[in-house]
Amino acid sequence: MAGPERLTKTVPGNEGIKQKRETMFRITLRKFMRNKLAVAGAVVIFIVVLAAIFAPWLAPYDPGHQYLLDKLAKPGGKYPLGTDMLGRDTLSRLLYGARVSLLVGFVSVAGIIFIGTIIGAIAGYFGGIIDALLMRFVDVVISVPSLFLLITLVTIFQPSLTTLIIVFALFSWPGTARIIRGEFLSLRSREFVLAARTMGVRSSKIIFSHILPNVMGPIIVTATLQMGYVILAESALSYFGLGVQPPTPSWGNMLQDAQNITIMISAWWYPLFPGLMILLTVLSFNFVGDGLRDAFDPKSIE
Amino acid sequence: MTAEVRRDQQSIQSVTDGVLLEVRNLKKYFPIKTGLLQKTTGYIRAVDGISFYVKKGETLGIVGESGCGKSTAGRTIIRLYEPTEGQIIFKGKDISRLPENRLRQQIRRDIQMIFQDPYASLNPRKTVEKVLKEPLKTHRYFKMKSEYQDRVDELLTLVGLDPSYKNRYPHEFSGGQRQRIGIARALALNPDLIIADEAVSALDVSIQAQIINLLQDLQARFQLTYLFISHDLSVVRHISDRVVVLYLGRLMEWAAKEDLFNQPLHPYTQALLSAVPVIRRKDEQIRERIVLQGDLPSPADPPTGCVFHTRCPMAMDICRKQVPHPKAYRPGHFVACHLYD
Repeated sequence: MAGPERLTKTVPGNEGIKQKRETMFRITLRKFMRNKLAVAGAVVIFIVVLAAIFAPWLAPYDPGHQYLLDKLAKPGGKYPLGTDMLGRDTLSRLLYGARVSLLVGFVSVAGIIFIGTIIGAIAGYFGGIIDALLMRFVDVVISVPSLFLLITLVTIFQPSLTTLIIVFALFSWPGTARIIRGEFLSLRSREFVLAARTMGVRSSKIIFSHILPNVMGPIIVTATLQMGYVILAESALSYFGLGVQPPTPSWGNMLQDAQNITIMISAWWYPLFPGLMILLTVLSFNFVGDGLRDAFDPKSIE
Repeated sequence: MTAEVRRDQQSIQSVTDGVLLEVRNLKKYFPIKTGLLQKTTGYIRAVDGISFYVKKGETLGIVGESGCGKSTAGRTIIRLYEPTEGQIIFKGKDISRLPENRLRQQIRRDIQMIFQDPYASLNPRKTVEKVLKEPLKTHRYFKMKSEYQDRVDELLTLVGLDPSYKNRYPHEFSGGQRQRIGIARALALNPDLIIADEAVSALDVSIQAQIINLLQDLQARFQLTYLFISHDLSVVRHISDRVVVLYLGRLMEWAAKEDLFNQPLHPYTQALLSAVPVIRRKDEQIRERIVLQGDLPSPADPPTGCVFHTRCPMAMDICRKQVPHPKAYRPGHFVACHLYD
């Protein structure tokens, strides 16, 4: 959009600035809205979040109640998405399962971003020996076979939501730390940072008030992409029976219930719907993450 | 250190009246690290033993081609970089070894910097008001909130911008306007010395003139001292009182502006000046253009003796063996060249 409107954006000299003011946020939003897949992903996430919040009002049945006479009922009629082998309503369980999956996702990602940003910021800003030590530590954490460690830890500390979240946060931050470090490394030698240093602004203030706001884009992007990863990992662990414990429904343990070959063949809806929800949600987060990355990139075409 | 250097420094030291900043034998080497263990395998000698002083209220121009160490010198003087060797004497005190907390108390108020790139020197996420308040708040310059407000308005007016612009973000301004904001920020704390590192090089020629005039007005008004770093000889000639010529991290010549431009002594200065394009009238004679051969040697492995001997049209045997030290050819005109031994 190189119309005449844009040419008036910079006015040499001291005459007033007549262009319509457009904040960075508006520009980013406009670029994001152009990516159809990302917008669709955002809509799906929005719906899933709403469904999770309003699950008690939306669910037609109690997710834990066993209607033993209606075991493995087909979708439609009384049970819109059928029931499982204990006669529990699939739709209600999916709605309540969304709460668990999203909760694990949001809290773990908050932890990942917190640890990753602090380690990455310190390594990238100070550089030298501090950077070298922290990055070797990152290498060590990355090299830990996390799935085995996860299984071991969860076995030792009783599988629970809290254990799951702590394990995800403690072992998934290195990727984020590397990205944040790279951003800090390039921003710390920018002239506005040098200017702050020559004025005597303290390092902590430079990191948090000057550099961090300029790294928000990459942080949001990694957070979104990590959400998909954590939801998938939670499902995988629950599938092994090490994640969220029954009777609390989660998409992962619903799949685990259905891992019987006879059920898979005779009651196709039983594994299908939780699997579909995982696929849809993870895909949506990835689309949104990609969309945001392009929108934040100043070099991408408007 | 050789006897000549000591003698030379004494001669510089003797002129101490009104000196605001003195640099003695300043060196800044950057380690070259290679391999898995980041072993230091050599040094880039960005600044390799330069000495000069600036008197209060004057403008010292520092010129040289890119890679000659002029920006490194500026950044070392303001202590963005740790000096490898040498002294930086500001207001009579050596600040070259002060730790950051002492620097904050002593020089972070009094020395400010104007940067080259008006697009990179302002934080894109901060309004002009926040940019200008930051130095003031860092040093708790005022007690009352309203005083900060007033100072921001005053600073914007000083640099020729409307105070109503203070709520805008940097991307809403043109390059020249941004550079004015950068100047306002440098002025905020009423500094004694301003280091202008290629402050006008990124601007259009017409805007350059405006900014230079602004700098000169401000200098007259606030008795500012400038260290004006630039590769642009005509700009330096316009603004400076005295000029230092650097080549490969060493001082080649240092003189009052008139002496340097009218009677350059060092072959490097002569070559540099002959490269300035001039608009010539028909009847004027064609000026001789001295074209230097070869490229700038690597500062990681500088030539022996005089660093300029590889490209010097007048190189002699002694130039390859012995390092020439700056000597006073006449009062206030120093040249580091064996031709004038």
